[in-house]
Amino acid sequence: MNIVVAIKHIPSIADDVPVKGNNVDFDSVDFVLNEWDEHSIEQAVLIKEAVGGTVTVIGVDLIGELDNALHLALAKGADKVVKITADDPAADSHMQAKWLSEAIKGMGANMVFAGVQASNDLDGQIGPMIAAYLDMPYIGGVSSVEANSDSATVNKEFAGGAGAKYSVSMPFVAGVQAAPKPPRYAPVSKVRQMAQSATVEKVAPSGDASSGLTFKKMAPPVVTGHAEMIEGSSKEVAAKIVELLKSKGLA
Amino acid sequence: MSNDILVITEHMDGKFSDVSFELVGKAKELAKALGGQAAAVVVGGGVDANVFASDSTIQVDDAALSQFNPEAYAKVVEALVKEKSPKVVMFGWTVTGMDIAAWLSARLGVPCAAYAKDVRVEGGGIVVSCQAYGGKLTAEVAPEGETAIVACLAGSFPAEAGQGATAAEKIASPVDLSGLKMKFIEMVKPAGGDVDITAQTKLVSVGRGIGGKENIELAEELAAKLGAVVSASRPVVDAGWLPRTRQVGKSGLKVKPKLYLMLGISGAPEHLEGMKGAELIIAINTDKKAPIFNVAHYGATADLFEVAEAMLELL
Repeated sequence: MNIVVAIKHIPSIADDVPVKGNNVDFDSVDFVLNEWDEHSIEQAVLIKEAVGGTVTVIGVDLIGELDNALHLALAKGADKVVKITADDPAADSHMQAKWLSEAIKGMGANMVFAGVQASNDLDGQIGPMIAAYLDMPYIGGVSSVEANSDSATVNKEFAGGAGAKYSVSMPFVAGVQAAPKPPRYAPVSKVRQMAQSATVEKVAPSGDASSGLTFKKMAPPVVTGHAEMIEGSSKEVAAKIVELLKSKGLA
Repeated sequence: MSNDILVITEHMDGKFSDVSFELVGKAKELAKALGGQAAAVVVGGGVDANVFASDSTIQVDDAALSQFNPEAYAKVVEALVKEKSPKVVMFGWTVTGMDIAAWLSARLGVPCAAYAKDVRVEGGGIVVSCQAYGGKLTAEVAPEGETAIVACLAGSFPAEAGQGATAAEKIASPVDLSGLKMKFIEMVKPAGGDVDITAQTKLVSVGRGIGGKENIELAEELAAKLGAVVSASRPVVDAGWLPRTRQVGKSGLKVKPKLYLMLGISGAPEHLEGMKGAELIIAINTDKKAPIFNVAHYGATADLFEVAEAMLELL
């Protein structure tokens, strides 16, 4: 089974996301692996463990710092890692999906996985776009994939724990919501070992696409309301919350 | 090329989701401003489609569309968009809309604005406000070209404006649906046996800030003291710390309790979709700029463990 996982390196939202002009200030923000990509990598490795095969993880290197994410993928069980050397932190989903598609085209993938979404998918997610560019069907919200010989049984989640089971002929693209198991932990020593010994294949970006969106403005949301903030030490905060709950008959 | 708006509605078990009505209501407003018509598109039979206030409703009835099939639905929508050349195609940024909107954008080479919270007409075109980066930034974007796709977050517009009784015109599938690569097998119902969080009057909801499965017990203890049940945001469930039946939000359940006490939830738009109707929202988070503080009634920038433990002593 030949599985390709397309990942996205995105600005971290753990802190404030700084703005410069009409876009994110890419120079003053940390880039991290899209959290859903951890699940698509896990799903791919689980399939490899179940039926054999290879897992290739590929991403666009926007700021020259993708290697860490790729070494981590290797430590978690990926066999091969590829980076598209773009050096364009503002590359939108369309652009990235196009580059990824061109690179994935010759890989003979049976399945392509991507995270179901990313927090910077302003122009949509790369998964369905890769499917469109490669003329493969796309299914998102995926919570498990079981590979058979030339098809897979795929679980798609709806809301509230409901879902549906589909049979999908290969090749196809799946947007992974969650792997059947929480993403595994890779010890730092193993990641370091990969960083020293592994080869990251480099590919030049090929193809062209654009979101077709003109950014007119980017700013923190206009706040229409704000919580009444309870100040003080943790004990004081706790006391005030308990008092509030009691006053409303909720405790 | 027209000034019309197509709304791709969504339904399950014979019922349309709220977002479908929200989009139709907004589409009417936009169509009026653009001098076009708002048409609702219903893919699949088995649902009464005469429920929208749209200028027209098209229902594509084909046995292959009786259940949501991402491949089949995408092909049908693509054919309709090609045929109608609308100015705007509206989707919900939902578990079904997300399967098609970006695919269609790449397929047709037309722009897509996702995470949309609002759409307005400006200079004959549209400007879309998108809530990206986990709700930390709002982007205003103008799509180029003659057709644009807009995928809107649920709960962005009032649903009432989209409710009506326009008679649907039933049509056969505009594309051949034989030879699909994707086949629907069966629905998977949620595992029973757990509590129903939508039926609770009080919820203690934990997010990524709870740190690990071993800390869920603290939330359970606090919930027990308050007569509440523990719910969670998606990362907690994806990590396997709580079952999916406890998940609040877009891909989880919508709740409307009297008390929603949030421990370590930042308040991504996907989570807000599921809980913003709660009567009293109290949020504890270490990030003073967490988006949840724009929605909660009361908030505290504090260590959730210290606050929870201190509350336990007082209750």
